Amino acid sequence: MTTTTMSHDEAHHHGAPTGWRRWLYSTNHKDIGTLYLLFALTMLFLGGASAMLIRAELFQPGIQLIDPDLYNNLVTNHALLMIFGAVMPAAAGLANWMIPLMIGAPDMALPRMNNLSFWILPAAATMLILSFVVPFFPGGGTQINTGWTIYPPLSVQVGMSMDFLIFAIHLLGISSILASINIIVTLLNMRAPGMTLMKMPMFCWTWLVTAFLLILVVPVLAGGVTMLLFDRHFGTSFFDAAGGGDPVLFQHLFWFFGHPEVYILLLPSIGVLSHVIPTFARKPLFGYRSMVGAMLAVATIGMVVWAHHQYTIGMSLGAVTYFMVGTILISIPVGLMVFNFIATMWRGAMTFETPMLFAIGIILMFTFGGLSGVMLAVVPADMQYHDSMFVVAHFHYVLMPGAVFGLFAGVFYWLPKWTGNMYNERLGKIFFWINVIGFNITFFPQHFLGLAGMPRRIIDYNVMFTEFNVMSSIGAMIFGLSHLLFLYIVIQTIRGGRSLKKSENKSWEGAKGLEWEVGSPPAFHTWETAPQIK
Amino acid sequence: MSAKEHSSHYFIPDPSPWPVIGMISLLSTLFGAALAMNGVSLGKFIVIAGLLLFAYLLFGWFRDVIAENLSDRYNKQVDRSFRMGMMWFIASEVFFFGAFFGSLYYIRNIALPWLGGEGYLGVTQEILYSQFQMAWPSAGPGELGGAFTPMGPWGIPALNTFLLLSSGATITWAHWGLKAENNQQLVRGLIATIALGLLFVVMQAYEYGHAYSELNLTLGSGVYGSTFYMLTGFHGFHVTMGAIMLIAILGRSMKKHFTAHNHFAFEAVAWYWHFVDVVWLGLFIFVYWL
Ligand code: HEM
Ligand SMILES: [Cu+2]
Repeated sequence: MTTTTMSHDEAHHHGAPTGWRRWLYSTNHKDIGTLYLLFALTMLFLGGASAMLIRAELFQPGIQLIDPDLYNNLVTNHALLMIFGAVMPAAAGLANWMIPLMIGAPDMALPRMNNLSFWILPAAATMLILSFVVPFFPGGGTQINTGWTIYPPLSVQVGMSMDFLIFAIHLLGISSILASINIIVTLLNMRAPGMTLMKMPMFCWTWLVTAFLLILVVPVLAGGVTMLLFDRHFGTSFFDAAGGGDPVLFQHLFWFFGHPEVYILLLPSIGVLSHVIPTFARKPLFGYRSMVGAMLAVATIGMVVWAHHQYTIGMSLGAVTYFMVGTILISIPVGLMVFNFIATMWRGAMTFETPMLFAIGIILMFTFGGLSGVMLAVVPADMQYHDSMFVVAHFHYVLMPGAVFGLFAGVFYWLPKWTGNMYNERLGKIFFWINVIGFNITFFPQHFLGLAGMPRRIIDYNVMFTEFNVMSSIGAMIFGLSHLLFLYIVIQTIRGGRSLKKSENKSWEGAKGLEWEVGSPPAFHTWETAPQIK
Repeated sequence: MSAKEHSSHYFIPDPSPWPVIGMISLLSTLFGAALAMNGVSLGKFIVIAGLLLFAYLLFGWFRDVIAENLSDRYNKQVDRSFRMGMMWFIASEVFFFGAFFGSLYYIRNIALPWLGGEGYLGVTQEILYSQFQMAWPSAGPGELGGAFTPMGPWGIPALNTFLLLSSGATITWAHWGLKAENNQQLVRGLIATIALGLLFVVMQAYEYGHAYSELNLTLGSGVYGSTFYMLTGFHGFHVTMGAIMLIAILGRSMKKHFTAHNHFAFEAVAWYWHFVDVVWLGLFIFVYWL
């Protein structure tokens, strides 16, 4: 593969390269965005399959289908696949596709590195899946029974699969950092002339803050798991009290990453909402400046409240008080964002296409999850709730609407732009309703289970918890299967055909922004000459 | 490409095989490492294959970039992208070291006093390790690794501080040479910087040997050994990487690749070198001295 100036000019001016090289060697933000999204979709189904197994096992008290170690391994794997495999890559896929289109740039700032950050993901996924399957081989050691938080001392005792997981985390970290560098540089250096930071579309703002958070916290996680690796194999005692270390230190390192991580998952979806709601309310976003400010506040305070995940470890009273107050303070800027969305809809000429349905669903359910978060933030209350199913209910209420539904909204919103075909609106709406109803049947009962004392991450439970668990498992089946409909809609839209309408350049009547001025689907290279923003 | 296009169009590279090769090399390195750490003898060969591929990748990727740069296909905006990219990469490195410095802080100021019975939960000490008294340096209540002598600041470490600080000065001097189009000063400055850097690495290796053979200070010497070797070890690794990058830059300087206005690669390496320098100052103060 030598590159001559000739072939360069050809690639530049004559559309897409063909064959497998187009995807493996890509330097095109749209193709790389597509790769990210397809990867995320695959991981969504893998992670979903593990969740279905977990709920199937919890359908009845007692141990039916799988053994306890495998159960714990599934719980670990489910979280990691969903967070690092599905949500983050999907958000990065949206960023890749939309940021250059939105800011009038010809591509991402560093296109080759962009491809590298994508292609590290399949390697990471390989290591992650290996960490799950290695114990099934002879001599493969024990299963990862720690949960995604991989706390020592348990994680020091797990067999070799933990090393695969640690390296998977390293790879994921490298990928996220490279992607974040690229996004920050693109946003700071590639905006069309005249587009000041405060004129930048909100989705770009949310990703700027997200990328910033990633660069700050992912290296800390990498450092933490590196220490874990050394404790496991090279005789250090970072997390071993006998040598003067402290297992709690790992928790601090993990949650210094982990709490900002929840905003990393949330913010890109908030960005999507900031486009979907104005489009379908046919009004500009209410309070652009306050949105930016609120987001910066969330990111800043979010960096210094991590220990609300560790109230029960025995911190000093001063420390828990500080972390409690800080955590509750975050709900102020988060609430502000929600109010901005509501104010945007106020007296708007609203229509309820699928992306808008998801947006409204998000506002209702995410707020609910935020409220249970405030309950958890209160130290004496959390002493009861901690490590119970209530926490599981909380984070699914914030993450599923706050992250996943936002991504669904984004996919429905931009799919006509990407493919040139309008998806089937009726099916979209059916998907929304099955999905949301399934979600609520699954996770609402878990609040009661948690309050009644059912612990999380345990395969068996007291018979008194049976009814709610049955309910939750049935909901999970509805919820899980509904995603097959999603898959069908996406494939149908990509393939197009006579049953679907073609999309205009401007897929939605109320849509505003540069991305709607290019074709649907856009040409292989767009904005080769930057537009002028007034 | 016409001159007009060059000035207004952002450079988008052709499709490139390097990222996928990067993926394969990283995967085989880490996959092999995971096997090797668990006693699978095949593992280390997979690691070596991965590392060789990685070296080939760096070589090939940078060769492409240099060729593009020399054929004048980058404009100012592209140059700015590279610069910003490097800065944010260094920012992420700062936080990587931050994790280790933070851990050192936590262990010395929170974990050890707690083990020593301080605070309202200090009673656990009576149950677990009633003999243990908080001290630093410490190998913990179990005295893991046996008695050891900690590393003092005023021998080799002080000398190493001097070496690295002077190398910071020599690379700045080289930069001045570059800006004044004085190639000889540039090359000499770089050679001096590389020599100082390599000397630093040699001294560090000697110090480790001394610590292992005479002070009984090992990676297993409780939490003091852990933090000492992890912090200085990762730093030493970064110095080594920096020196390799400097050598590459030296080669390019001798080929007169850089001009007073176009020398991003030089500056990127110089920033990296200064970063490594600053980390060392932190190490000297918090690991060796205090
Ligand atoms: C007002 C905002 C929020 C508050 C006050 C809050 C508070 C908390 C607290 C105190 C916990 C720890 C509970 C325990 O383990 O005992 C927790 C757990 C969690 N929260 Fe939130 N939260 C908020 C918003 C969010 C958001 C926006 C997300 C993600 C989008 C999120 C995701 C999570 C996750 C994933 C966990 C569980 C992690 C685990 O233990 O595996 N939270 N939250
Ligand atoms: Cu949190």
